[in-house]
Amino acid sequence: MFQLLQIELYKIFRRPRTYISFAAITALIGIIQLGLLRDGTAYVEFMMTNVMQTFSFDGKILNGYLVCYVLLQLLLVHVPLLIALVAADMVSGEANMGTLRLLLTKPFSRTEFLLAKFMASAIYTFLLLVWIAFLALFVSMFMFGTDDMVIQKTNYIVQLPVQDVFWRYTGAFCFAFLAMLTVSALGFFLSLFAENSIGPIVTTMSVIIFFTILSTMSIPLFQKIQPFLFTTHMVNWKEFFDPKVNADNAIIIGSIQKPGRIITSSLVLVAHVVGFVVASIVLFRKKDILS
Amino acid sequence: MKYLIAALLCLQFHSISYGQDMMELIKKVKAKLDQVNDYVAEGNMKTDVAFIKAPVGKVKVYYKKPNRFKLKRDGGISILPKGGVTVNMSTLIEGDAFLALAAGDAEVNHVKVKVVKLIPTAQNSDIVLSTLYIDVARLLILKASTTTKENGSFEIEMNYGKYESYGLPDKLNFSFNTKDYKMPKGIALEFDDEEKQTEAEKIRRKKGSVQINYSKYTINQGIAESLFK
Repeated sequence: MFQLLQIELYKIFRRPRTYISFAAITALIGIIQLGLLRDGTAYVEFMMTNVMQTFSFDGKILNGYLVCYVLLQLLLVHVPLLIALVAADMVSGEANMGTLRLLLTKPFSRTEFLLAKFMASAIYTFLLLVWIAFLALFVSMFMFGTDDMVIQKTNYIVQLPVQDVFWRYTGAFCFAFLAMLTVSALGFFLSLFAENSIGPIVTTMSVIIFFTILSTMSIPLFQKIQPFLFTTHMVNWKEFFDPKVNADNAIIIGSIQKPGRIITSSLVLVAHVVGFVVASIVLFRKKDILS
Repeated sequence: MKYLIAALLCLQFHSISYGQDMMELIKKVKAKLDQVNDYVAEGNMKTDVAFIKAPVGKVKVYYKKPNRFKLKRDGGISILPKGGVTVNMSTLIEGDAFLALAAGDAEVNHVKVKVVKLIPTAQNSDIVLSTLYIDVARLLILKASTTTKENGSFEIEMNYGKYESYGLPDKLNFSFNTKDYKMPKGIALEFDDEEKQTEAEKIRRKKGSVQINYSKYTINQGIAESLFK
């Protein structure tokens, strides 16, 4: 099994396509960081126009923690598309090259074969997130420094003390990994049904775009189905940045306002991952391999 | 007719002298505050605004005559209502470009006080009207309500303790009106159903307060000008 995993990882990282995601992430984060470094104050003022009419802010609002939050808001909607590039190619890519039948002649069960492929795409997803964390969080901290984190929610503003932020990012990135793993599992599942990579990649992207649009629109009909869409749960990493307040309306350090929401969303995402992987195994075991 | 004119003149004289009394009272309060040329105060600040979740933080307050004032959070970002917190009692009664009118007696925290209305005479003054509640016996301002042109209305309530002899409060509560806050869901990327606000909540969201509990003052030790930049 470990040998299979090694082979799959070797195959993933031998393909130039794998590095498109890393390059795209690097370019995107780099450009946003440079833009914010140059005109970040204007950006912050624009975003906070409403509240800056009444309040004055003294301190470094545009710091590494806020920049990372802005980047994650932008990226975690689009990174799934990059993950689909690899995950949706895992089985269909072999079918396309005609190597699938040959691979299955090896002394490993189809379940082992499929699990190794999924674990390889999970490792790729993990590495991509680690790369995002390095660039978005650590490089931003280096470029912009650190201070309290002031973020805007729909109905309120949150100020997190500098010492209460890092662990929240750790939690948010773990949650984001689960969200991206769901995308990976979806792409992986869809890759069983095609003989070329384009179909599953485009289908995965389409599903994510379609679901994300449904998740974002505040139309009563859509709001009823939103809890059942995994894209609705994927953005709940933000809950890590919403602390509880005490009776005096002061935040409680180290607390989360709605931990239940994180747990529920995590369980929903885990259920999706398990569901897609199990469904993939069941279908693949019964599948006629003709390519 | 003679008696009527005499009565009106007496009334006019009484109101002028009463107004002068108030100016005298203000001068006495000012003389007490004038003992302080500068100070550095340390304390805890709590911002209580319904739509701001902020931590209680340590603050340092710097003041230098005549009206230099700076509040700095001891590490971190401070969110303060515009204009208001930086107003202190010395700046309210600075100079004599105002009219002081007596507005009767009242009670603040079970202490009998004189109510004095200050009307600035300078046309470019941001302050439209200030009402001071003065404890005459101790020559302390216990409460001040101010209406400004640019920054709305606010109220400052002060409790005194160790530094009473300098007219410096141990606890300051600054209340103000604020505009409600709202951000589009699409920008905040929040997809969950919004909790409906009750009427009480809507009213609560239009009021805010900042409370500062001072633990220590360092008075008249000199402060570098650079601190106020």
